[in-house]
Amino acid sequence: MDTGIGARVKRKEDHRFITGKGQYTDDINLKDQTYAYFVRSPHAHATIKSIKEPEWAPEDGVVAVFTGEHVAEDKIGGLICGWMIHSKDGSPMKAGPHPILAQGKARYVGDHVAVVIAETKEQAKAAAARVDVTYGVLPHVVDVAKATKSKAQIHDVAPDNTVFEWSLGDKAATEAAFQRAHHVTKLDLVNNRLIPNAMEPRAAIGSYDSGSDHYTLYTTSQNPHVARLVISAFHGLAPEHKLRVIAPDVGGGFGSKIFIYAEEVVCVWASKRIGGRPIKWTAERTESFLADAHGRDHVTHAELAMDKDGHILGLKCHTLASMGAYLSTFASCVPTYLYATLLSGQYAIPAIYAEVDAIYTNTAPVDAYRGAGRPEATYLVERIVETAAREMKIDPAEFRRRNFVTTFPHQTPVIMTYDAGDYDASLKKALEISDYKGFPARKAAAAKQGKLRGIGFANYIEACGIAPSAAVGSLGAGVGLWESAEVRVNPVGTIEVLTGSHSHGQGHETTFAQLVSDRLGVDINSVAIVHGDTDKVQFGMGTYGSRSGAVGMSAISKALDKVEAKARKIAAHVMEAAEGDIEFKNGSFSVKGTDKKMAFGEVALAAYVAHKFPTSEIEPGLKETAFYDPSNFTFPAGCHICEVEIDSETGVTEIVSWTAVDDFGTVINPMIVEGQVHGGITQGIGQALTEGCVYDSESGQLLTGSYMDYCMPRATDVPSFKLGFTETKCPSNPLGMKGCGEAGAIAAPAAVMNAMTDALGVKDLAMPASPHTVWKTLQATKMAAE
Amino acid sequence: MSAISMKVNGKAVCGAVEPRTLLVQFLRENLGLTGTHVGCDTSQCGACVVHVNGTAIKSCTALAVACDGAEVTTVEGLAKNGKLHPMQEAFREHHGLQCGFCTPGMLMAAVDLVNRKGKTLDEATIRHELEGNICRCTGYHNIVKAIQAGAENM
Repeated sequence: MDTGIGARVKRKEDHRFITGKGQYTDDINLKDQTYAYFVRSPHAHATIKSIKEPEWAPEDGVVAVFTGEHVAEDKIGGLICGWMIHSKDGSPMKAGPHPILAQGKARYVGDHVAVVIAETKEQAKAAAARVDVTYGVLPHVVDVAKATKSKAQIHDVAPDNTVFEWSLGDKAATEAAFQRAHHVTKLDLVNNRLIPNAMEPRAAIGSYDSGSDHYTLYTTSQNPHVARLVISAFHGLAPEHKLRVIAPDVGGGFGSKIFIYAEEVVCVWASKRIGGRPIKWTAERTESFLADAHGRDHVTHAELAMDKDGHILGLKCHTLASMGAYLSTFASCVPTYLYATLLSGQYAIPAIYAEVDAIYTNTAPVDAYRGAGRPEATYLVERIVETAAREMKIDPAEFRRRNFVTTFPHQTPVIMTYDAGDYDASLKKALEISDYKGFPARKAAAAKQGKLRGIGFANYIEACGIAPSAAVGSLGAGVGLWESAEVRVNPVGTIEVLTGSHSHGQGHETTFAQLVSDRLGVDINSVAIVHGDTDKVQFGMGTYGSRSGAVGMSAISKALDKVEAKARKIAAHVMEAAEGDIEFKNGSFSVKGTDKKMAFGEVALAAYVAHKFPTSEIEPGLKETAFYDPSNFTFPAGCHICEVEIDSETGVTEIVSWTAVDDFGTVINPMIVEGQVHGGITQGIGQALTEGCVYDSESGQLLTGSYMDYCMPRATDVPSFKLGFTETKCPSNPLGMKGCGEAGAIAAPAAVMNAMTDALGVKDLAMPASPHTVWKTLQATKMAAE
Repeated sequence: MSAISMKVNGKAVCGAVEPRTLLVQFLRENLGLTGTHVGCDTSQCGACVVHVNGTAIKSCTALAVACDGAEVTTVEGLAKNGKLHPMQEAFREHHGLQCGFCTPGMLMAAVDLVNRKGKTLDEATIRHELEGNICRCTGYHNIVKAIQAGAENM
């Protein structure tokens, strides 16, 4: 059975998940464990005047109550934002303090004010309700469009609640392009705020061992090494060699588990305070809604300039991006370098100018969520391109084709150099699969049933595998964005790969093993992938931004090169041949022109017994490490086509057809890649039709704090998907991979809303386009017609 | 505390629980059966679905004391004698899971669906019947395929 690159290998990790043997953080219990429950602010913005504990009785089971004062006593540093952005005037972003327990002020509903540690979960929760916090309520603002003019002053360091006013592109050149324009399309867009909702809520167990002065943190993290680095270097809890971070099985992340959050740091810090007893915290779903980093929340005005033939001359936009009440770990790079750098889309646009104002609001912090900036960019570009095509009465496919980038490398006006792609190929294939030509007939048939049928495109592009490190450093990143790998060959020829990537649903245990099986010709079942433990894996930057293939696997590939090179040397000595005569194929080393042959496992054993080669020249053993820093971003791209039918009486929308054609470069496991696309599209459909985070502007309360109020896409909300692939290899990494994890979520909202506006014959429609929203639009259209 | 006993995955078990203890807590905390998950606090997500006396229920919505004397099957009880249940096999075969967190509830709901509606299930029926189970990873596409295939093999 083929288990190499390109094979639909069934997942190695599945057995434990389908038999209930997965080990998620909440499944782990440590001896003598206590439980934490957080006292959270019920106010959107308030001073904390006092925090009083009642007299606890023994049956209350309370071990300790900690507040910001205790945090300050221990000099535990605040949460950080790891990407520096400078405003147009050169001033650095205005980052307000973000202590792990509030100090003096709470800035959003759900802000962590105090923690109660008790013998049981129930006791901790009951006791938390009895902690008496006196608040002085302050004016608040939750709406990003109103925040700069609000009476609420959220952080002293940030006048007008403005974190930064940033721009990218050539303003003068863009204005000149608009001067020359034959037609200008204008669009005001709201990219609705989303709550990530990985199915496993965040959880942590922190413990301190006084015997060795050592801390351990089990946590639901996409990047345990980054967590260790930040907790060591910025919170100052312990040096890295005194802190072990373990991210075991993690039940989905979608970005929300990248970040270093207060709760996890509190658990590991407070364990020492209570004499080393472990402290466990598992978020209730309501806490996930309140206190996980949210996504999107942009308000944008955009304009697109065209010549008379529909060639794009320029694009300009102004975006207000809500940061929430604090800057989360990577918040600042999302609406800047992950957003405005993609505003050229798949098109050759000569001039682009983007202004982004990042604004504090009294809401949960906003940070990267599946796609992170790129869905917002794609939504803008693909909505305005579609609108422009309609206004100029050019077929939307043809309009796009006229403007595609067709030669590579292509330098956009917004930093990126696209390295490879064939946008027309994915469009063409998508038109075929979707039977674009048959759409008018389908629309007419739907009309007979009282249904309004619409079609919408999204020709997205994204940038993945963010790098090289020196480049992102020059743009403000506080970290390098390489990846590490270690390939350990055991004497019997079995292999452990230690990777800095982290799998929380992506199937790394399978795809990474496929790479090894392919390269070394070994049985896939003799390969184990090890991740998620800072004591096992030397270092890693983790998994986000669709980087684990392009960056993580490239690191493994580099380490495999080294393993092969050393194994060749050893094989040459053992078989008494010149190294240049050694051939390696299908897992076996042979001497050119002879029948001498050694299986990979035999060479591994020879490496460890070290009898037959000079150890003064070749070290015994077979284990190699690699750190891989990419030379460029990768640029996955594709074409998604959505068809909707809207019931003209009720406003209920059904997605009746979905075609996705993606170019991810080399695909290791098509089965897994298709699964990533399905899931991404569904999250994008969720954004477009069902999901929307709502804060009440009067009270500042989160109105969508449970699955009763926040509408997650369910099985009936989405169709089965028709998928196709095109392939242009990524030239900047050894495997030719581009990344696939976010594409669906990036493409889908624009495709849905282009289809919705087509069906309804309107220029714009707010997301989520719930039946109520659609029905109101239908009524307004009817009234206007009468 | 109340003493309760039940048969879980074919094995007689007993324990002392508070009146407020939920079945899911009893399974996870008293019995160490952590395959059953808690994904929400409003009985919406379905990660906690188990079978009680042959019927699927959300174990976050049942009190342990109310299940005194019951026969309970959790995801750990689906495979028999080391052989995967056809529904488990189908989820693996059709890539019906990614992070695995919703999977136990999906499997138990799917088996219950086949028990109620038979082995021949169309896509619309499966999608409708999954209204009580949320998956954030798969987009349901492969879960639907897996259930259809698993049903035929049951």
